[in-house]
Amino acid sequence: MTPVLDWEFLPLLVVLSSFVPGVWIMFLREEQEALRSSLNLIGAVAKVVLVGLMLRGVGAGAVYEWRLQVLPGLELSLIGDALALLFVTLSAVLWLVTTVYAIGYLKDSPNRTRFFSFFSLCVTATTGLAMAGDLFTFVIFYEALTWATYPLVVHRGTPEAIQAGRLYLIYTLTAGAALVLGAVWFQVEAGTVAFAPGGVLEMAAVEEAPVRFFSLFLVLLAGVAVKASFFPVHGWLPIAMVAPAPVSALLHAVAVVKAGAFGVVRLLHSLFGIEVAWEMGAAGLVAGLAAFTIIYGSIRALVQDDLKRLLAFSTVSQLSYIALGVAFLTPMAQTGGLVHLVHQGIMKITLFFCAGVLSETLQVKKVSQMAGVARRMPLTMLAFTVAALGMIGIPPIAGFLSKWYLGVGALDAGAVWVIPVLLASSLLNAAYFLPVIRTAYFDDPDPEGWDDKGRSRWFEADWRLVVPTVVTALLALASGLFGGIPWSPLGWAELIVDRSIL
Amino acid sequence: MILDPIHWAALGVMGPLLAGLVAMEGRPRAIRLGLLAGIGSSVAATAGLWVAVSLDGPLRHPLGGWGIPLGIELYADGLSVLMLAMTALVGTAVSLYSTAYFGDISQRSVRDSPAGRGARFFAPLWLFLWGSLNGIYLSGDIFNLYVLLEIMGLSAAAMVTLAVTSQATVAGMRYLVISLVGSMFFLLGVALLYIVGGSLSMERLATLDLAGPLPAIALGLMTLGMAAKTALFPIHGWLPPAHAAAPAPGSAILSALVVKGSFYIIVRLWVHVFGGGAREGLLVLGILGGIAVIWGSIMALRQLSLKRLIAYSTVAQLGYLFIMFPLLFPAGGGWSPDAWSGGLYHALSHAVAKAAMFLAAGSMTYAVARDDIRAISGVAHRLPMTFFAFGLGGLSLAGIPPSGGFVAKWLLLRSAVEQGGWGWAVLITVGGLLTLAYVLMVLRYAVDQTEEPEAFREVPRRMEWAAMSLALIALLLGVRAAEPLSLLEAGGIVPWR
Repeated sequence: MTPVLDWEFLPLLVVLSSFVPGVWIMFLREEQEALRSSLNLIGAVAKVVLVGLMLRGVGAGAVYEWRLQVLPGLELSLIGDALALLFVTLSAVLWLVTTVYAIGYLKDSPNRTRFFSFFSLCVTATTGLAMAGDLFTFVIFYEALTWATYPLVVHRGTPEAIQAGRLYLIYTLTAGAALVLGAVWFQVEAGTVAFAPGGVLEMAAVEEAPVRFFSLFLVLLAGVAVKASFFPVHGWLPIAMVAPAPVSALLHAVAVVKAGAFGVVRLLHSLFGIEVAWEMGAAGLVAGLAAFTIIYGSIRALVQDDLKRLLAFSTVSQLSYIALGVAFLTPMAQTGGLVHLVHQGIMKITLFFCAGVLSETLQVKKVSQMAGVARRMPLTMLAFTVAALGMIGIPPIAGFLSKWYLGVGALDAGAVWVIPVLLASSLLNAAYFLPVIRTAYFDDPDPEGWDDKGRSRWFEADWRLVVPTVVTALLALASGLFGGIPWSPLGWAELIVDRSIL
Repeated sequence: MILDPIHWAALGVMGPLLAGLVAMEGRPRAIRLGLLAGIGSSVAATAGLWVAVSLDGPLRHPLGGWGIPLGIELYADGLSVLMLAMTALVGTAVSLYSTAYFGDISQRSVRDSPAGRGARFFAPLWLFLWGSLNGIYLSGDIFNLYVLLEIMGLSAAAMVTLAVTSQATVAGMRYLVISLVGSMFFLLGVALLYIVGGSLSMERLATLDLAGPLPAIALGLMTLGMAAKTALFPIHGWLPPAHAAAPAPGSAILSALVVKGSFYIIVRLWVHVFGGGAREGLLVLGILGGIAVIWGSIMALRQLSLKRLIAYSTVAQLGYLFIMFPLLFPAGGGWSPDAWSGGLYHALSHAVAKAAMFLAAGSMTYAVARDDIRAISGVAHRLPMTFFAFGLGGLSLAGIPPSGGFVAKWLLLRSAVEQGGWGWAVLITVGGLLTLAYVLMVLRYAVDQTEEPEAFREVPRRMEWAAMSLALIALLLGVRAAEPLSLLEAGGIVPWR
């Protein structure tokens, strides 16, 4: 045992490590670039280090809890347990990588002070909701996330950006209102808002008033489904693609959509309890909705020419794997769902980084402009290929493990219908990703159509863009290759399920 | 203790009134001295009473030998202290803001400008208002309430006319008439209650059996009068022009504090004196409040004048305060502590947030010299702190966490859901979304950079900071709600009966 195990305020420090830089940066002048970047990087590194300490402690069996009473019966509580850390580690690591990327991506563009400030606040909200120990705290950070990401979505200030932001707010704020109403209702029904492994509802109470509890579930689900981009409330996501690439990356891989998916996990497991949720048909509803969204998103992705829109619909689809997995009772399926939270994050952020490198360096934004682009951008396209193959589910890349666990778990649960869904989805993934890869490698390049900004000294583009891209691609590969060791995402997800803290 | 706790109450009422006399002298130094004395006495009185009430429970002190049975007395419990604290908090920020807003009135050119002419009278009026508000919160009897209501109404109406435009004069006159008629109704009710109960003390009246037509008529008259002064739908028409016409610190005071004075009296009457009254009456108050939430928000969305927009928002937000009444006394009998805490916490956080918004709006219109939301484009860039103050205040109003408004909404919602009052729950939720709609409408104009305003006046830092401090307090109220709310329980859990 190390002394670190007793640091109850570690979760608070993790949240503050991005909050303090975020607020500080807000007061900086635009030209104080060195200070701004330093603050960002120091915060990001500090967060990774703090999360590392917590990981070590939790691995050894500790749980970190920090509480602040707001009212009798309502408190802000941050709990660093294995489940929270799965999400926190993902966001801490990817935030660090994305910060480097964003500094490179936005060099010489206006309003960077505002951008980096809200960028940090966005991660603050994400880590906060990841560690939220109860629904009250979750709601606070969930709403804060909306406000922290809005300025990022409209960052460019163009009419399309404003319009996209407007839509984003309408969707998320309405959902937020539903979530608050549901949270209060839950407190009245259950007498508590605290998250607990296995849920807090009594089976008997639910059986007495099934309709009431199902309505309660629907209200709460409406609250989290928008950010989790379930069909039919996914509409904001592809349109929010007008944001700069690092924002899309963060939105899709780490922050907003993961907050929604994590909310579904909390709703099913920590509030209702998965067994109660199955009994009342709620988990079945989530599984069905998720399966439909998986297919629907893939089909929509097929016909996109705009690379970022293609990736957006791919997100809609891939994200639902998480909900699908955690909706089942079997440990394998739950592990598959949880680990996809991380796997999808790493792979999708790689893909968005690649899209950003292409658009920033070559002004290539459409699949049709990508002919032969691999010759000009070998590293980037290699990373893209790794991530895309992972999404399809080709071993040994991370995505394969998710799908394997999901499939086996669903079979265990007797849900044979999941297998055709997974297969169809993989085929569809192949059908929209492989043509992109093919055209990038095998078609003749047309450099006339590119607006080439040129190479940097060592790399095919600014190193701050290329290095993060390669790093996350390697992570995707490593998570797949080393899935068997305890500290891999898969190992950690198994630990969560084994310790039954889900 | 050297000081009898009741001296704090006397200080809270007499301090600002005397300070107002000092400020009437008119020179800048006298104004500053008066404002400082007003702040000092109010803050000290609030702190002293807070401690005393938390330790010993409610305080009573007969005045001028007219004690029970007539019952002219000072009275302070947790609710009084909460309202005093709200007034002291907002009042301090507004006072500081006003010293910068009106410019350096020792200069002749400033003094003779239209705004400057009002400046001389702002401080004394505000201090009289402050003393009368504190007095209302510390009165134990309905006659004192009447007297203080008149002082409050007169100084508030005068404050509207400070801008000396014809619009302001008309709005101020209308406000004055409403205010006087309202007080008249109140006085009639006072007389009726005295005939029935033989006492003016609220505590004593509460012990009597107030069944029968006369007390009901008295309650109706008094409520009508106070509802008019609180701008409850449908008697709200006077509020937007009046609050918009006043100079910005005046608008903040009127919207954040003055309407709460008459609201407080309605609370005392219905909850304490009449112990809930009739369920039908409570429902009428709640339904009118519900209509106000929707109607006020829709009207706010249609305004082009920034200050009118905020004023309509006040109409809507006051509606929430009335939704509290039917929730307080559930249909099956009993008492909902959540509705009580939630409603009064909303009153507190609305005061702080609304004052922040009006002060921020004042800084914006000060900078662009026009009260038009289309004219504030680029303000977010030029006055980021003011922009944030407005935004944070607006989000608190809409109940976005973390903020006082969120805690209040949570409590009100919980009370509604517990009673199965789904209509109220949906209304509260929808009202929050409508609030967001008009707040975001303003923010959208403020961030717009396509049209740079031609003239842009520097805004004194003090004005920016005053608004920002209030906005931050609105935020903090969402993190630490236990202390202010425990006050409501300390000393006299309601109702008296």
